[in-house]
Amino acid sequence: MTITDETIEYVGILAKLELSEEEKEQAKKDMSDMLAYVGKLNELDTDGVEPMSHTFDVHNVFREDVVTNGDDRENMILNAPERKDGCYKVPKTFD
Amino acid sequence: MSKAYETVIGLEVHVELATKTKIFCGCSTAFGGAPNTHTCPVCTGMPGSLPVLNKGVVEKAVAVGLATNCTITTDCKFDRKNYFYPDNPQNYQISQLYYPICRNGKIEIETEGKKKWIGIHEIHMEEDAGKLVHDSYDDSSLVDFNRSGVPLIEIVSEPDMRSAEEVIAYLDKLRLIIQYLGASDCKLNEGSMRADVNLSIREVGAEQFGTRTEMKNLNSFKAIARAIENERERQIDLLEEGKEVIQETRRWDDTKGYSYAMRSKEDAQDYRYFPDPDLVPIRISEEWLEEIRAKQPELRAEKQERYKKEYDIPDYDIDIITASKRMADVFEETIALGAAPKKVSNWLMVETMRLLKEHEKEADEISFSAANLAKLIQLVETRAINGTVAKEVFEKIFAEDIDPEQYVEEHGLKTVNDEGALRKTIEEVIAANPQSVEDYRNGKEKAIGFLVGQTMKAMKGKADPGMVNQMLKELL
Repeated sequence: MTITDETIEYVGILAKLELSEEEKEQAKKDMSDMLAYVGKLNELDTDGVEPMSHTFDVHNVFREDVVTNGDDRENMILNAPERKDGCYKVPKTFD
Repeated sequence: MSKAYETVIGLEVHVELATKTKIFCGCSTAFGGAPNTHTCPVCTGMPGSLPVLNKGVVEKAVAVGLATNCTITTDCKFDRKNYFYPDNPQNYQISQLYYPICRNGKIEIETEGKKKWIGIHEIHMEEDAGKLVHDSYDDSSLVDFNRSGVPLIEIVSEPDMRSAEEVIAYLDKLRLIIQYLGASDCKLNEGSMRADVNLSIREVGAEQFGTRTEMKNLNSFKAIARAIENERERQIDLLEEGKEVIQETRRWDDTKGYSYAMRSKEDAQDYRYFPDPDLVPIRISEEWLEEIRAKQPELRAEKQERYKKEYDIPDYDIDIITASKRMADVFEETIALGAAPKKVSNWLMVETMRLLKEHEKEADEISFSAANLAKLIQLVETRAINGTVAKEVFEKIFAEDIDPEQYVEEHGLKTVNDEGALRKTIEEVIAANPQSVEDYRNGKEKAIGFLVGQTMKAMKGKADPGMVNQMLKELL
């Protein structure tokens, strides 16, 4: 399957990436290769095979509804590039 | 307007579930903590962190599904909904697209005496996002992730509603069901219940639906009704002018009374859902389902029936009391403490409703305890205080939940049952009001009212009016 310029443009917008012409060409090739690789699966006859919802045959992994985490703000917020008033500071964002 | 139009409305209602912890981590869901004090690597989307599902979320979602006549999806799972926004630290929201936990439900509403079923398309579980605060001083936004990962259910209705009245009736019914289940407190103003309105119009009799818009930011029943009216008019105007309705998300500004488009067309939404590999599927066995079903509490309709059988109070009172889970709880708890149902109902129906109205509060916001109401009723029953004093004390209970026994004691409000003192006061009143005394003796029955009033005044309100009346008649 070949990836068109439009698709790369669109995927770039969705991923919030600005790609140079060179990078676009490279991405086109990489994505085509990946799709071809996965496309191999289409050769299989899957009639009558139940869709799988997880690769492991495990279900119902739960936590009980009990508070186990305390206030770890100081540590957590160390991950923030910028902080203010106990919050993560980000560029101004509106709906 | 040359043609007749019909409004077609469907709702997406988000409800924050009243679990103690978040949906995928052990952080507290308590409302109002200092920013980011209820966060961990999971709910801030740190790479390598692993979400583990809160069992309570599944149980509450199923409980709501059962109470709204849904089919429970016994094999379900979570999907990732991908989008970028600073309040969404993972850059995806964990939600359910392919196998929502509940499907095909319905609830019955009533408007102007007419009953109607509103279909529920599905209910799915998902996580809430964080909160953005806009900092006007330095052109930045501040993110608080305390709400990130708080469990939500989204209840998607069928497009079965035709008016703002039906929408309000539907929301009210949903709110009551969920509150009775204890699954959420459903406060529109605090955001624990949020409604998005999908609305389209079509000519009366048309089979096809028109193009719909989605309206967000509706924080009260009033705002919802206003937004519906406004959007209906806007769409009709567009069609009448020969223009088209554009499918878009709009934001309601309730202060200005109009809405505006939130996202431009170029910014197309493409969420690229896919199954979340971090979370394993959920399988709800027949036994588990039965367990949840057995734990379902009494819902409003059942409560109404029971009150009718157990208590001798009017249907109207039953409707008012059960219209709020909180009020019904206070009612039952006060009775359990020994108060007569009729008395409890009177305090709720008259004084409580009056004070709620006066303070512009909802019945859900009643903050006094059943214990103090029960004590007050007891004080009146034993004639320790009279009715006027009781009303004054109740205002204190309503506002501050004071202990009436202690309050009455401290403020010396107890009825004076000292006959000697009362007799003395009455003799003084009789001596001071010869005209009224003469009127009474000449057959003007009403004159005694004035004398009772004067006596009560002299006793600073702390006498039993019945006793005053009786003693006055004796002495006259």
